[in-house]
Amino acid sequence: MSLAFNELSSVVLETPLPDLSVLRGVAVTALGVVAVVTGALVFRVDSMARATYLLAASFVAVGAAVVALHLDYVGVVVVLMMLMEMAVMGVFMVMLMGMNPALMPMSMVHSGRRALAAAGTSFVVLTVGILLVDWPTRPDAPPSDPGATTYSLGDALMGDHMLVMMVVSPVMLATIVAGVVLAQAHGRYERLGDDLRGTSRQGGRR
Amino acid sequence: MGEVVQVAAPWVLLAALLLGMAALGVAALDGALAARAACRPASVGAQHPLVETARLLRQRRRTTVAADTLLRHVAVGGFAVAPLLMVAVVPLGEWVLADASVGVVWFNAVDVLVWVLVWLAGWGPNAAWSLTGGYRFLAQAMAYELPLMFALTAPAVAAGSLRVGDVAGGQQGLPYVVWMPVAFLVYCVGVLAFSVRGPLSPAGGPVISSGVLAELSGVDRLLVLAGRAGLLVAGAAFAVPLFLGGGSGPLLPGWLWVLVKTALLTAALVVVRRRLPDVRPERFLALGWTVLLPAALLQLLVVSVVVVVRS
Amino acid sequence: MTLEVVLVLAAALFSVGLYGALSQQVVVMVMMGLELMLNGVVLAAAGFWWFTAPDPSLQVLLVVVLAAMTVEMAMGFAVALLLHRTSGADMTDMAAELKQ
Repeated sequence: MSLAFNELSSVVLETPLPDLSVLRGVAVTALGVVAVVTGALVFRVDSMARATYLLAASFVAVGAAVVALHLDYVGVVVVLMMLMEMAVMGVFMVMLMGMNPALMPMSMVHSGRRALAAAGTSFVVLTVGILLVDWPTRPDAPPSDPGATTYSLGDALMGDHMLVMMVVSPVMLATIVAGVVLAQAHGRYERLGDDLRGTSRQGGRR
Repeated sequence: MGEVVQVAAPWVLLAALLLGMAALGVAALDGALAARAACRPASVGAQHPLVETARLLRQRRRTTVAADTLLRHVAVGGFAVAPLLMVAVVPLGEWVLADASVGVVWFNAVDVLVWVLVWLAGWGPNAAWSLTGGYRFLAQAMAYELPLMFALTAPAVAAGSLRVGDVAGGQQGLPYVVWMPVAFLVYCVGVLAFSVRGPLSPAGGPVISSGVLAELSGVDRLLVLAGRAGLLVAGAAFAVPLFLGGGSGPLLPGWLWVLVKTALLTAALVVVRRRLPDVRPERFLALGWTVLLPAALLQLLVVSVVVVVRS
Repeated sequence: MTLEVVLVLAAALFSVGLYGALSQQVVVMVMMGLELMLNGVVLAAAGFWWFTAPDPSLQVLLVVVLAAMTVEMAMGFAVALLLHRTSGADMTDMAAELKQ
């Protein structure tokens, strides 16, 4: 039975996915446009949840574009991290935003005109710079195997660029500790009492 | 088992069919166990999912005031798609839908997508119990996600690859579950937690009037129920190449072994899930960060040392 | 597709993010603007990697950008929560005391 299954699959159904190299340019450009549009909509919609998840959509589009450029690991990690961050961000939005713009639409913008001018200027300057600079091109062909790309990233992080890893790791740890310290309202001493056994609890929230 | 072959996209229909059947099986087993616990014949409970499916297919959609319909649709559709995205990287014997070079990270990204889906399903109806369910899930997610990540890392480190096929191929003779049992257990806790059902995942629990499910009706409800059963199945299916040796085994062909192992692990998870005590999110948080995370990290250390010594 | 196309798209993302960071009142929305700016940086770095650089240094740069995003978010949330808790402030204008 398994043999027949094998033959069937090898004859008819093992057609590989169409080669994406022709489509890559279109895909990356389209995903970039999606990222810009969803990113711009973040500041247009009047719902906290929609704003947050439009930003998530923008990140997912950029992550997909990065994957299309054969940086599989970085692209998927962008998607992973940003979905996570936006899920948490939604909670903070609802918690910290004094009003609910979905219920009472209002402008959340201050000095909007100047901000628009600054953003427009930066875009024009950047675009002119991008179009004027004569960018170098890589000597070899772009990589075709995303697995090798991932391997070279790991190799670089654990080899030549070890210092980056050594710096980023303690910074992350410090961030965790500092974040908890800053955000915590009631420490464990308040919760469990001075002996930390919960016997002499003096109120506080559980 | 040799190399893994990537099959054409239409095979996704077969994957969907298998997942749907497995999800129905999960619901039937759950129903049978529940009926037995209530001293009713198990067959009645096992039929319940079919009856419920028929009922939900005919039910008219109920809506709430000022609901965010768009986001609710995103959540409901996402529940239907997420299990498929997970099993897309699981090799069925020698065939796989997507032979991604970073399949393990991909699985992790999809299980984070579940955070988004549950919260959106809670937010969408604009109702208190739904939103409470969404918040509970996120609080719970803080506890299980990091241990789950490190548990996923252990087999990848041992195999020296993030490609799921390579991880399955790296355990000839000795499945990883034998020498990384802690990672396997932590992984199973993670699967129970992200499958939105049972004591470790109270987003839809009876304590909060079935939380995110409270306002869902009709086809929406059916898709979410099927999706969460599918998530459990997909989690079990992913454990097969990661910890249980993939399609390796005597007599049977590889693809059948994958199915058998997935079915057994799924059934075991369903049975265990009914016997665990309820855990409040803050208790689970303490458990996750003081027990599961250090245990997973120690397991990772052991695996890394073994890999270094062996090479 | 050329490098210029990717870079212009990245510049657009960056500028939209800049607009958000400058114009929004709520702290969390300002952070969304900052995130969007970094999103543009990620896209630009990926484009550079594909079109110009054969070595993996740009990938390392991407990892650093991701780390920076994480740190920014975590500290931003922590400070926003602290501000909210101590003074009930949730808007940038209300946090003027931070200037002193």
